[in-house]
Amino acid sequence: MPAEAPSPPLIELRGIVKAYPGCLANDHIDLSVAAGEIHALLGENGAGKSTLVKIMAGVVAPDAGEIRWRGEPVSIDGPAAARRLGIGMVFQHFTLFESLTVTENAALGAGMRGRDRKALAVRISELAARYGLAVDPNRHVHGLAVGERQRVEILRCLLEEPKLIVLDEPTSVLTPQETASLFATLRLLAQEGRGILFISHKLDEVRALCRRATVLRGGKRVAECDPRNESAASIARMMVGADVAPARRSAPKALGGEVLRLLALDLAPDDPHGTALRKVELAVRAGEIVGIAGVAGNGQSELLAAITGERLAPDAAVRIAGVPAGQRSPAHRRKLGLAVIPEERLGRGAVAEMSLAENVLLTAAGQGLVKGGLVQGGAVAAYARRVIERFGVVARGADAEADSLSGGNLQKFILGREMLQRPKLLVAAHPTWGVDVGAAAAIHRALIELRDAGTAILIISEDLDELLAISDRIAAISRGRLTPLVAAEAAGRERIGEWMSGTFPSGSEAHAA
Amino acid sequence: MRLRLEPRTATARWLVFATPLLAAALTLMCGIVLFAALGYDPGRALASFFVKPIDSVYGLTELALKATPLLLCALGLAVGYRGNVWNIGAEGQLVVGAIAAGGLALAFHGEEPIWLLPAMVVAGAAGGAAWAAIPAFLRVRFHANEILTSLMLTYVALHLLGFLVHGPWQNPQGYNFPQSREFGDAAILPLLMEGTRLHVGSLLALLAVPAAWLLLDKSYLGFQIRVAGLAPGAAAYAGFPTGRIVWAGFIAGGAMAGLAGMFEAAGPIGKLQPVISPGYGFAAIIVAFLGRLNAFGILLASLLVALLYLGGETAQIDLKLPPAVTGVFQGLLLFFLLGSDFLARYRLRVVRRGSAPASIGV
Repeated sequence: MPAEAPSPPLIELRGIVKAYPGCLANDHIDLSVAAGEIHALLGENGAGKSTLVKIMAGVVAPDAGEIRWRGEPVSIDGPAAARRLGIGMVFQHFTLFESLTVTENAALGAGMRGRDRKALAVRISELAARYGLAVDPNRHVHGLAVGERQRVEILRCLLEEPKLIVLDEPTSVLTPQETASLFATLRLLAQEGRGILFISHKLDEVRALCRRATVLRGGKRVAECDPRNESAASIARMMVGADVAPARRSAPKALGGEVLRLLALDLAPDDPHGTALRKVELAVRAGEIVGIAGVAGNGQSELLAAITGERLAPDAAVRIAGVPAGQRSPAHRRKLGLAVIPEERLGRGAVAEMSLAENVLLTAAGQGLVKGGLVQGGAVAAYARRVIERFGVVARGADAEADSLSGGNLQKFILGREMLQRPKLLVAAHPTWGVDVGAAAAIHRALIELRDAGTAILIISEDLDELLAISDRIAAISRGRLTPLVAAEAAGRERIGEWMSGTFPSGSEAHAA
Repeated sequence: MRLRLEPRTATARWLVFATPLLAAALTLMCGIVLFAALGYDPGRALASFFVKPIDSVYGLTELALKATPLLLCALGLAVGYRGNVWNIGAEGQLVVGAIAAGGLALAFHGEEPIWLLPAMVVAGAAGGAAWAAIPAFLRVRFHANEILTSLMLTYVALHLLGFLVHGPWQNPQGYNFPQSREFGDAAILPLLMEGTRLHVGSLLALLAVPAAWLLLDKSYLGFQIRVAGLAPGAAAYAGFPTGRIVWAGFIAGGAMAGLAGMFEAAGPIGKLQPVISPGYGFAAIIVAFLGRLNAFGILLASLLVALLYLGGETAQIDLKLPPAVTGVFQGLLLFFLLGSDFLARYRLRVVRRGSAPASIGV
């Protein structure tokens, strides 16, 4: 242990151990956050970040180890105990009730103090003004944009006057502009003497915001560093334990004909909180990658459903490989050469309880794997083994269940399953979401390889950096409207960020009306 | 301190076989205590449940006869249940199958053409399937909950049968008993063994087992059904026809139940009467789950449940055991079987709050 600082850190974890059946999630982890500090917690998926955060939140009890709060040993026996100490959490997935107002949502977490709604609303407005978190306390959550919802989450947390605020991947759903304003708020909170633990995998953000970072890998603390003195590549090396070769965008080799064409596509949402698509125009040509940027909930899922055939549209509004396909079923569209990588891996892209071999059958049955209505077990297993080998999937074998794979490996498997069918058009939603750095690079390389082989690729992602890195052309979607495509090199983060927040390039308003 | 259920990371192979044995042991123990407490000789009671019904060839044929409708209904239901299609109305579909086949038998009464029996088999299956088509249509077209619709249609079917045998189809020479005429010889299933009631229907039911296995475990349709049951989102993504899967589940369940009804009417009963089945269609739901929705598992489960039926009757006759007690005992066995099966896949963990942190020194 280094020499004790004059005042003890706000929170100090020593030798935290937490084992789950079959995995040691936290292996003697030390971590301390001082008052007034913005501390980064870095690590790939499965490195143990979430477990550590849950221990601090009192959701999970550690098997061994010591927690000190302002120098005093404490045990955090539940979420209420964490709140009493002054630990506030802002989770990655929103925990708000859509049909309630901002104030009502805050009242739910505030216990007795929540009974006086008027006072609570005033208090929310005060906090909002002080920290630059513009939110109307009387609005219903379902009408709020994602960035606003996050402000509500932070405000709800601030109502408890926390000393330590833990933010789990807070920027993954924000536009660059929203991220900048979130950082201003966090700096203000730190200046007031609060400690902030900032969990992220966006290394540039960590370098801009934090002075100290703890890096986890495989459940162990592998490094503590000052991110300002490190490069994104050197931090990535600490997280992965090996050099990561980022995928390089190269100019497309040869552009072919249009493989996907959306023509004035209108689509009503199928649930009341969904987004309607309005006059969406898009063309993707063979041999190029087109990226669609946007904050979640702006019509991406509707766009994806209209292309895959899970939602039907006027026949002429969707053309695949030149064939009007708006009324065709997903199976028909697959015959036209469409392959899809959905956003959810388990439960959509793969069946959790089924083996990898069985999961091959989900979309690849047309590859000679079914004869006379009977499944050809040998051929299916051989196909699965080919995917596992070709795409470096770490799995027990073709009979491993899908949910026994890590997110990155399962995604490689799904991608490989689709790629081996030699699609003419590949549509991928958030292809590297929640995937570790190494697997993300492998997925990007595979996508570029597929593009060079002449496939038209459409990627819908919230990760603007990813899109700028691998797309040839890029557009943004906001409230169901799509901007025109621009060349990715010429796009610029700021401009796409503005588009994502709904400020559209002049002139495109007209055709959207 | 509280209890928490966690899925086991890997279900050991021996557990799959050990759990039924464990359940049997627990049932025997509870049974001994139960019978002793009520003043019956536990040994004799258990013997009359498990040994006496099957200690003769005739007993074994009765077991097969009892198991036949259970097996048929459960095989059909499993097709739906694997795909989250909850057909609870096999009892009604069985009754309509008996009505359809019986109607044909009565229409050709006295003519006895040789094609009558095959036609009755087809009519029975078609009748059951038609009855099952109603909840299938309502679910696919209007998203109506099939548990409610299929269950309620069961009572409609029972009353329809009651109406027919009290009214238009009543035997004119039957002294006003609510029964149809006895079926003619050409409308009665041939016996497999003289001197018993075992008929060719049992053989057909046995042949249905490998067929169901092929459909459920080896066919592409069976795969699509399983995906629809395990992950509806994945079925939608893969473009599986979810409507057709609902239809397949109901038609399979209805046709098999209708066949079971035809076998009962044209087998041991030989006519139509207000009660065709003592609840085979409902017991088949338990049989299907006891057999883990697997065709061969269902075969074993149908034999076990049939034995419980027979054993309960034997114990009531031999020991004058009240029906409530035999019902409790039957319930115990099913409870332990399904419970131990569940615990083979999940573990119960005691979670102590607050005692874990602090330094334990590793």
